[in-house]
Amino acid sequence: MATTTETVERTSESPHLRVGERLRILAAHREILANLVRKELKVKYAASVLGAVWSLLNPLVYLAVFSFVAKVLGAGIANYPVYLLSGLLAWNLFSASMGSGARAVLDNANLVKKVAFAREILPLSAVGVGLVDFALQSAVLLLYVIVSGYGLHLPELALWPLAFVTLLVLTVTLSLWFSALNVRYRDVGHLLNIALLVWFWATPIVYAEFQVQDLAQRGTWFGIPRLAFYMLNPMVDVVAGFHRALYVFVQPVAAQEPVLFDGSLGWVAGVLTITLVVSLVGLRLAWGYFFNRSGDFAEEL
Amino acid sequence: MNASAIEVADVSKRFRIYRDRPTSLKQRVLSSRSRAEDFWALRDVALDVRQGGTFGLIGHNGSGKTTLLKCVAGILRPTSGTIRQRGRLAALLELGAGFHPELTGRENVYLNASFLGLSRRQTDAAFDDIVAFAELEDFIDNEVKFYSSGMLVRLGFAVAVHVEPDVLLIDEVLAVGDEAFQAKCLDRVRAFQREGRTIVLVTHALDTVIEICDRAAMLHHGELHAIGMPADVVREMRYVLLGVTDPNFVPEEGTREAEIAEVQIVRPNGSSEGAILRGDPLTIVIDVRQHEPLDELDVDFAVLDGATNHAVLDAGTSRAGLDLGRFEKKRVRFRIEAFPYEPGKYWVTVGLSNRATGHLYHVQTQRYLFEVVDAPRVQERVQVPVAVEVEDL
Repeated sequence: MATTTETVERTSESPHLRVGERLRILAAHREILANLVRKELKVKYAASVLGAVWSLLNPLVYLAVFSFVAKVLGAGIANYPVYLLSGLLAWNLFSASMGSGARAVLDNANLVKKVAFAREILPLSAVGVGLVDFALQSAVLLLYVIVSGYGLHLPELALWPLAFVTLLVLTVTLSLWFSALNVRYRDVGHLLNIALLVWFWATPIVYAEFQVQDLAQRGTWFGIPRLAFYMLNPMVDVVAGFHRALYVFVQPVAAQEPVLFDGSLGWVAGVLTITLVVSLVGLRLAWGYFFNRSGDFAEEL
Repeated sequence: MNASAIEVADVSKRFRIYRDRPTSLKQRVLSSRSRAEDFWALRDVALDVRQGGTFGLIGHNGSGKTTLLKCVAGILRPTSGTIRQRGRLAALLELGAGFHPELTGRENVYLNASFLGLSRRQTDAAFDDIVAFAELEDFIDNEVKFYSSGMLVRLGFAVAVHVEPDVLLIDEVLAVGDEAFQAKCLDRVRAFQREGRTIVLVTHALDTVIEICDRAAMLHHGELHAIGMPADVVREMRYVLLGVTDPNFVPEEGTREAEIAEVQIVRPNGSSEGAILRGDPLTIVIDVRQHEPLDELDVDFAVLDGATNHAVLDAGTSRAGLDLGRFEKKRVRFRIEAFPYEPGKYWVTVGLSNRATGHLYHVQTQRYLFEVVDAPRVQERVQVPVAVEVEDL
């Protein structure tokens, strides 16, 4: 038998999070993550005839409802399906991962109390499940974009990876943070549901980005353009990135006024980069908080 | 070679027991302070488990055994003290951790195995073994919600015994299943021992500790009460179970020119386990070994009442007029025709001494235990007058 010399020391001190070392441990536990994601997916669609088709129906229903609403309200956006879906899929990944991520530690209390493993796996598996749905829904969108002749456009498409990574970092950050917080304060779950509702409408998913820009440009607060405040919402930046990458046109030929934020591709990329950097800092903080609290999870559940 | 696999240094663990603990922001804001009571599950526990050893951890319910195991496994954080642990560790605190009813047996095996630190490849390799061990070949692709509880336990255990850690913590999980399955489990533990793995075993089965452990410790109200050879610790545990604590107690002494090799308390049915009835015959069999030629060796024993610790019966070879002479190994049988005392627990102390000088070669004080129960009463039939009345209604 191979004898390893690795020594673990456990004390009352909550260990300091060393990112590199912790990443190695998480990598060693990746099979738990994969198995948990597989389990969640299996359980989610167990004993249902349509299975994963349900996850594809969600954006289609949204599409039908909001196309109707937009027509009735007279705020038509050219090529609305592409606009709506490119933003909505990002939102779905964000809100679904965060919703179940926040409950991840609580719902697995029995595991946490009886098995030693990297606790981060639990919220991460919620994000993993969200990612699988995101991939399925993205495939549908891609198919639509190709079949309808809308097409993919360079160089805008190059923005997609940046927008995706930013979305992922942001989602992981908040899932880690809320799942740890939820162990102490059970209201976090309720609060999150309401917050997500408000947050959805504070993000340009069903309405045009330019509408906000148009309103906001009419004034400043404290000498700062109002639009900057709107863009403090990181999901605005992420969704704007997805829009620019897939919907592409600030003002489609057929439209009377712009749909997307009126800015250059470089400006959108710049805003996204700032959001990514801030999210990465947030990730380090949220991870540190989670890691610090996770030593006491078994006791508090 | 004999390095420690686990070093526990002065570990204490405090649990706060909250009344009205705020679990929401509102409560947190409104009640400025929640009342907390401290409960020390462990206090200054220090012990070492050497590499390749099998360590038994015993104690009452609530004595802190599981808490200690959880601290070693890293599930709980000690309140003070340090635990150092070498090598890959797997903790079996629960069978079938992560099992989900909607998944098939096969899927649950992979899920559970990953929690116990098995890679997918290792699980692939062990899969057929696992299924065979659990005796579930025909059901492995059924969802486990259709399993009986016995099947679930077997599957959980089958995965658990296929882990390949350097250090294995086992909490009470050996106590599942029927006797045949338990025997199989013990075989696996012996295989782990042969493979040189370190095992820490928490159990209530005291005889198992004596049988398979090479060292043991007893926890009592969170404190380390005894540590040493399994037989001594188990005897101490039985001693505490009787509610007797004597700080001056010396379990074993003597210069060992002659040694007590084995003692059996033989019940009327020929076994050396189980309770006897009041009035039953009892035989105390003592095997003695002389390491050097000795004259005037006296073998004697005493039976002590467990409730009072007073000797109620004793006998010896010298008093019976026997001279054992010089020998290598001899067996002495003391036959008690009918044990006359009240139901209860009784200790047996066995001693070897020189009958001329009184020098003690080997004494085992209150090491052996037997229990006396009341014979079930069978009522004699007697004439009882019965009055009969009949009236019109």
